[in-house]
Amino acid sequence: MSDPALPDGVERRSFDGETRLATRGPPVYGEPTDGEWRAWDPERSKLGGMFELGVDTGLTGGETVVYLGAAAGTTVSHVADFAGPTYAVEFAPRPTRELLDAAAPRPRLFPLLKDARKPDTYAHVVEADVDAIVQDVATRGQATVAVRNARFLADDGRLVLSVKARSEDVTADPETVFDDVVSTLEEAYEVLDTARLDRFHEDHLGVVATPR
Amino acid sequence: MSDTDAGSGPDDDRDAGWFRGLRSEADDADTAHERIAAGEAATPRDWPRLAVDSGFAESASAYYDRLHEATTQATREAVRERERADDKQLIHTVRAMDDCERVANELAERAAEWAGSLFEETDAGLAGARAVAEREPSGDLERRAVSVSARAVDLADERDALSATIERIAPAVAPNLAAMAGPELAARLIALAGGLEPLAKKPSGTVQVLGAEDALFAHLSGRAPSPKHGIIYTHEFVRGTRPADRGSAARALAGKLTLAARVDHYAGEYREQLHADLRDRMEAIGARAEADE
Repeated sequence: MSDPALPDGVERRSFDGETRLATRGPPVYGEPTDGEWRAWDPERSKLGGMFELGVDTGLTGGETVVYLGAAAGTTVSHVADFAGPTYAVEFAPRPTRELLDAAAPRPRLFPLLKDARKPDTYAHVVEADVDAIVQDVATRGQATVAVRNARFLADDGRLVLSVKARSEDVTADPETVFDDVVSTLEEAYEVLDTARLDRFHEDHLGVVATPR
Repeated sequence: MSDTDAGSGPDDDRDAGWFRGLRSEADDADTAHERIAAGEAATPRDWPRLAVDSGFAESASAYYDRLHEATTQATREAVRERERADDKQLIHTVRAMDDCERVANELAERAAEWAGSLFEETDAGLAGARAVAEREPSGDLERRAVSVSARAVDLADERDALSATIERIAPAVAPNLAAMAGPELAARLIALAGGLEPLAKKPSGTVQVLGAEDALFAHLSGRAPSPKHGIIYTHEFVRGTRPADRGSAARALAGKLTLAARVDHYAGEYREQLHADLRDRMEAIGARAEADE
């Protein structure tokens, strides 16, 4: 591997002369492809943005993942390409239809129409001790969602979270919002790293944490 | 419960895996989908291993194959079900609620008036009908009067049940409009416009006076001043504003409600920015009253 921060199964490859992140799998959202590989657009994916910025997420490839806020499946399809069993939770019906299309050719991607704020409604399906939770939900109370879902994570597992400041409070200064989020997270997690994702996503913070 | 028996025993579905009691053949598909959609557990467990131990699947890999099949199907059905809760259903619900309320009140008045001639001390309206419905009647006339009161009470209860349904489906049909206007007003605006799409296509000046058609046509024929607000008068941002500023408040609210309806119809996702913009605007209007004092 040329890049230690990238999991196995994620590589930098050339698409039309431009070096971009890529995973191997069927295309989902009209992204450029090169044989089995398809480009991963960091502008459309917070996790892609974190990899592009060199954040050490602790993801190594092949792990069991819970993805909260899967939306239309843009990012979670890339996660399922490099990870192992991947549970994709999304609450809005409209994007979930597209998520189903992304899941159809991926036998280890499990789509669930569930509210990430209510883990009781999917704990009978999602297994315990997963290696990673990837979270990208744009609702108020993003840190609380992460704390409630900590029950799924193995003791040495990773939370890879992207926080959208505007979902919490559009009028407040993003820095203040991020401080509040981190202090709520610390109820259940030890925060390992944070990084502003502004180069790709304005007023977003990437957080890597592990259960306390 | 020990860790190994979950997923095997026939009873106690709480805190069991979605596959508990299902056979290893694929003929339990409907039950499996229902469980995935409606089941609950407080704590996740090592479901793949428990599924293998209980004989549901031969291996973890076979379990994941079945999980993929079951979650995909269950989620497809759940999406279809949720999308059926559309604007047309919301319109039926809000109209049925209004009919129930109107008929319940009329019938309660009739029942209370009747009961007043048969029993001592009866209150007017629904409260009176509720008390009469509890009585033990003697004779045919009393039996009928008590029975009519009971129908009025049933209709009032049905009205409350319909209202609870509106609270539940309005946010699914129109998340931004329901958050901004409240579920009931959102449903009424959609009903007055004839659907979410027609509402999304209306200019905000029309949304502002929806429900005030009589006043609007009186104005257009030169008999009256233009109405400041229609049904949106029930919103606290309008009603809670002093009369001199209500026109501004209604105009600002209608503008944001129109945007909310458009986002709901064309995008379908919640946008916090819209709601913050409205709060800012309302604070500015509220500040005028304070400045005048």
